Amino acid sequence: MEWLRANPGLFLGAVGDHLLLSLTGLAIGIALALPLGIALAHRPRLAEASIMLAGALRTIPSLAVLAALLPLLGVGFTPSVIALALLALPPVLVNTVIGIRTADRAALEAARGLGMTGLQRALRVELPLAAPLIFSGLRVAAVQVVSAAALATFIGGGGLGDLVTQGLALLDTGRMLVGAIAIALLALATEAALGMLERHLATRVRGA
Amino acid sequence: MIEIDGLSKRWPGADRASVDGISLTVPEGTSCALIGPSGSGKTTLLRMVNRLVEPSAGTIRIGGEDARAMDATRLRRRIGYVIQDVGLFPHWDVAANIATVPSLLGWDHARIKARVEEVLTLVGLDPGRFAARRPHELSGGERQRVGVARALAGDPPVLLMDEPFGAVDPVQRGRLQEEVLRLLQQLRKTVLLVTHDVAEAVRLGDAVALLRDGRLVQHAAAAEILARPADAFAAEFLGADRMLLRLALFPLSALPRHAAPAPGPALPDGATLRDALARMLETGTTSAGLPGSGSVTLADLLAFAGRG
Repeated sequence: MEWLRANPGLFLGAVGDHLLLSLTGLAIGIALALPLGIALAHRPRLAEASIMLAGALRTIPSLAVLAALLPLLGVGFTPSVIALALLALPPVLVNTVIGIRTADRAALEAARGLGMTGLQRALRVELPLAAPLIFSGLRVAAVQVVSAAALATFIGGGGLGDLVTQGLALLDTGRMLVGAIAIALLALATEAALGMLERHLATRVRGA
Repeated sequence: MIEIDGLSKRWPGADRASVDGISLTVPEGTSCALIGPSGSGKTTLLRMVNRLVEPSAGTIRIGGEDARAMDATRLRRRIGYVIQDVGLFPHWDVAANIATVPSLLGWDHARIKARVEEVLTLVGLDPGRFAARRPHELSGGERQRVGVARALAGDPPVLLMDEPFGAVDPVQRGRLQEEVLRLLQQLRKTVLLVTHDVAEAVRLGDAVALLRDGRLVQHAAAAEILARPADAFAAEFLGADRMLLRLALFPLSALPRHAAPAPGPALPDGATLRDALARMLETGTTSAGLPGSGSVTLADLLAFAGRG
């Protein structure tokens, strides 16, 4: 706490970096996962294969992903964001595919029969019906990314992880603890906030 | 008008065509019911008309235009479509559901709003009470009505209905059939409908087309197919009570009116020959009273049924 009182600017900078890393990674992951998920949902065999592949990818530890990218992309902010985007991709992708494939079949059939184009069906019917599931995938991805962003420090990506590694290196327990607690709180807050939003969304979309 | 000519569908890997060279015309403003056992190809045939299933061979013309040459989404916006499970969009209210096709067609806001109220009234739902409701707040029968309203919203000349009342209870079903029949006659739509229920087929279809293994067994006016099934399969499928179903297609005015009164209460307005027969069985007499005065007799009824 003393460290925090002495270095508020350093702390806020680390929080800002951490959020920037997480949000950018998450945004890129979602931007890739949604269209990919919609495309895959209509191809049953590819959809199943992608769900299995994504499941396998999720078992790879975050640190391993970061380390594996190091020789390919080097160090710094960009490779960290790419690694986080890769982590965010599977949960959102899987839930998009499942959300569309388990959506009310009669509604999807009606959308086609009434003359909606593929894009209109995706935007007006498929995504809204899959929204509760997509959102829960997004919550999982967000929590994972916020936690994993702590590891970005190992490839020079910055964020709250820096405080932990610096604390360890300088034997500065205060600095280390502030970093560690902030990471934990951020992950918990993300989970809580998105969980609440998710329940709200589910009642709105399903109605009942 | 729907003109189907030599239409076939063979799914990849199937050992026989699920629809095999069917030709069928539904004249403007009339309805045709497709019936047959499951696997007879009736739903596949219906879904080829709005190209939810692409035909393997043959032509479809709607109002003289080649449906297979048109853009599929444009084609579908001109064809009303009602399915068994209704398929209302659960995240939209009733008004938005009904407005689907008009907004796809690019109608302006005021026109869409007026049209939504118009079709809701047509299907017997008060726009003030129902427009803002969500599908989960409706009963099964109300949902089905909204489904019909949504199909009619774009004022399509042609309507396709796939087991339209399959999901509602028998009481609701009878009422809905009655009202849809009245509505179809009033709007002069050209309707192609799939059902597995012979009674529903002859009630809603001016003509009935019986399918088996992807082929057309018989296509005739409802009263005709009931009176003269083409073969043993048709006779069995239409059922032993087909002559009773047939009687239900004719009004009391089909029989000569006798001045002599009949015992028991008079038949209600709109009663059919079947109701007259039922009354005679109930009272154990050979005549039934007409609304107002006069009667019809069993002898005349038998003679009428025998003429076919």
